[in-house]
Amino acid sequence: MLKIAVLYPELLGTYGDGGNGLVLYERARRRGIEASLTTVELRDEVPNATVYLLGGGEDGPQRLARDLLSQSSFAEYVQNGAHVVAVCAGLQILGHTFCVEGDDRYAGLGLVDVVTSRGAERSVGELAVRVGGQLLVGFENHGGKTTLGVGVEPLGTVVKGRANDGCVDGFKTEKIWATYAHGPVLAMNPWFCDDILSNIVGHDLEPLETAADLLYRQRCAVLSRD
Amino acid sequence: MVMGRSPREKVAIVALKSVNWASRISRRGAGTVAGGRVGLRIAPTLLDSLARGRTIIVVSGTNGKTTTTALCVAGWGGDVTTNRTGANMPAGHVAALAGSSSEKVVLEADEAWLADVVRSANPKVVVLLNLSRDQLDRANEVRQMAERWRQCFTASENSKVLVVANANDPLVVYAASGAPNVSWCDVATNWTLDAQSCPRCTLPLRHTQNSWSCSCGLAKPASITTTLNGELYVGAETSALSLSLPGEFNRGNAAMAATALALVEVTLEESLPRMKAVTGVAGRYTVRSWNEHRVRLLLAKNPAGFDALLTTVPPGTSDVWIAINANIADGRDPAWLYDVAFEKLAGHHVWCFGDRRLDLATRLDYAGVAFHIVDDPKNLRVAQEPVNLLANYTAFQDWMARSEPC
Repeated sequence: MLKIAVLYPELLGTYGDGGNGLVLYERARRRGIEASLTTVELRDEVPNATVYLLGGGEDGPQRLARDLLSQSSFAEYVQNGAHVVAVCAGLQILGHTFCVEGDDRYAGLGLVDVVTSRGAERSVGELAVRVGGQLLVGFENHGGKTTLGVGVEPLGTVVKGRANDGCVDGFKTEKIWATYAHGPVLAMNPWFCDDILSNIVGHDLEPLETAADLLYRQRCAVLSRD
Repeated sequence: MVMGRSPREKVAIVALKSVNWASRISRRGAGTVAGGRVGLRIAPTLLDSLARGRTIIVVSGTNGKTTTTALCVAGWGGDVTTNRTGANMPAGHVAALAGSSSEKVVLEADEAWLADVVRSANPKVVVLLNLSRDQLDRANEVRQMAERWRQCFTASENSKVLVVANANDPLVVYAASGAPNVSWCDVATNWTLDAQSCPRCTLPLRHTQNSWSCSCGLAKPASITTTLNGELYVGAETSALSLSLPGEFNRGNAAMAATALALVEVTLEESLPRMKAVTGVAGRYTVRSWNEHRVRLLLAKNPAGFDALLTTVPPGTSDVWIAINANIADGRDPAWLYDVAFEKLAGHHVWCFGDRRLDLATRLDYAGVAFHIVDDPKNLRVAQEPVNLLANYTAFQDWMARSEPC
């Protein structure tokens, strides 16, 4: 049973990020993989899930989400092998520190050796990242500059946009995928969703035709034209 | 109306009118914003000057500004000055005020410009409808907007402003509660996703069916205005609330407009029948024809607006047309499509239009809603009844341009 948990969409769901949980669930379900989709709300206990999704959020909610997560069993579940897909503020929370209004060094969960400081200017616009042989397309909107610790692999290299620092985007560990491509990044990049899904279930997946295939081709064409 | 106007301001008004006249004659524009900009460049105090001596209602909020402004204008009756749709920043305001000498004024104000408009135009009443996520790629995040509003209303120079505010929107309540005089309105507010954590202290808010509160003390205030069983209550006054515009959200807009008008001595008996005469607002809600189709144009610019409009689509299996663009005026990032509960359209057939129709189709695919991507309009089936067309900002403008009144 693939248990998908979307964490605090009221806090970390500013950019339609809840869509990622839905897309992961649907792409599993349509292939006959038994899956469940749970939304973890503010007062809910964080359940033991196969994969957690963390979205983007504003400063105050980001701080509250971090506080709630640090009081929950989230870190324990992750250390015991749960997977995480994190975007934007969710990405920052997983590191050692991040910036919020009035505080330049708010402690993160420290699950990955990454620190986020305030960027010189806000990064807003289309984002394209080379991940292996594939192009990841999306949109970024954040004020952070993320620095990876020694040995932490980025998710990919930036083709367009800024992401962590203008060179690389997010990070990738054995079981964590993190990107600045916010919102429905899994909807826009069906191959990326399937990579994650296949990694979680431990086998290759049969092809699945969705409207997202057309969308992905169009966005790649638009971004390579600009 | 010319009391205390400086020579510079007089020159600015002449320049403003000249530019707008030229713009209209040359058909290059509607002739409001361009002239307004010129006027403000010559005399930065022009809005202050033009507003002096008039009774002004300002309407702001993420959704419903244009409709509520139209309802205030209609409900007030007689000669009321107002700004054109979309021209809701100071350039549009000075153009509207320079173009008319009426003492009664209703101005729609962009959320980000509200503080400037309040400071310059010195309105008698300010209506605060709601705050929710909208065009996050170019606008401030919504909590920052609430903070800026709050600073405006706690400023001592604005202490005489009468505020009419939505008691069901925690962000609005936080923003307005700094004002000394607030008429709270208990009106339908479907969207609370942006107010799950307290705007004051960020702790989780507790939402119940008719109320909300936070442990820090911020809570839904007692309201002077409510709607119940088809009746509108404003203080001691009661009247039947019947509108031509659809949707519970428009009943809320009308309730807040009526509350604002009561503060300028217009009774419900006077204002509500006049509001009922409003059947469309700048093309919205009106049925138009396009090729052999009849379409009812509905504007929804963001998740809260879409969610509200989806409630007006009757259940069933009818066709629904939706058009999505992602131009600068729309917000260049259509990620918000995932914040809209399109699942409510299950059973309907949705025809996807606009530059970002593939983003929409993908969203509908994952929502389990039947969809058709319209690359060629010749493939459309003609409906017997007018088909509902929900469009975001520039997509709506495209459809206004390509369709004609029936």
